[in-house]
Amino acid sequence: MFGSLTNFEGSLFDDLRRMQQEMEEMFAPRAWPAGIRSVARGTYPPINVGATSDGVDVYLFAAGLDPKALDISIQQNLLTVAGERNLEVPDDVEHYRRERFSGAFRRVISLPEDVDPEKVDAHYVDGVLHIAIQRREASRPRQIEVK
Amino acid sequence: MSQKTDVTARQSTQAQETGERGYVLRPPVNVFEDAEGITLEADMPGVSKDRLQLKVDGESLLIEGDIHFDMPEGMEALHADVRATRYSRNFALSRELDTEGIDASLKDGVLKLRIPKRAEVRPRKIEVRVA
Repeated sequence: MFGSLTNFEGSLFDDLRRMQQEMEEMFAPRAWPAGIRSVARGTYPPINVGATSDGVDVYLFAAGLDPKALDISIQQNLLTVAGERNLEVPDDVEHYRRERFSGAFRRVISLPEDVDPEKVDAHYVDGVLHIAIQRREASRPRQIEVK
Repeated sequence: MSQKTDVTARQSTQAQETGERGYVLRPPVNVFEDAEGITLEADMPGVSKDRLQLKVDGESLLIEGDIHFDMPEGMEALHADVRATRYSRNFALSRELDTEGIDASLKDGVLKLRIPKRAEVRPRKIEVRVA
């Protein structure tokens, strides 16, 4: 009887949010071109990638993981992160919302061509996995001194 | 010189204001109930203990947190699934819940809230005495 009321937040507002997001992406002043390996928004875990002249920083927003069970590999400029998050959910309870991701995941990120696969560093802090990949020495900007 | 400093200071406050008016992230949650109370689990990666705010006002529960991590200077974004730095989500509690007894823990970006039911509404086992 109250189904339409209880679903209110989950359906209508999500639709509006999605519409807003789509509009934003459509009319974004400088839209990012979709990479050939890119996935739809909402894929777990969300990823941010940033670049500096020294390297590339990848941030995976993956809370509650066992960092030892993560499989991080890099082949040339393709970074693959695979893992599993199995939530312990008790059986003898009443479930209301189950929005948190549970299961295996795998994400492939294409990095700029000049990264050095030998110089990768990964840290897991507060549920964010930070992978820092350095650029090759030759491609870094060099300061040229005037003698 | 001092004039120049003023200008930069004003610019940074404006940036903050637009940032606050912008998007907030809605953390995904699992909510389940047993006889003693309700458990709420929320994914809030990037939020440390000191940047998490839990507010209970009457029967409303507000969960907020700011994402913060070390970022190198002069970073240019190549890709961003997460485009806001603040999580916010609101829940309406019900009267039989004991808001004074809420227990919260945060580990690896997962917030766990345990909201007990008031003692008088917990189901009681009634023993049948054999006469």
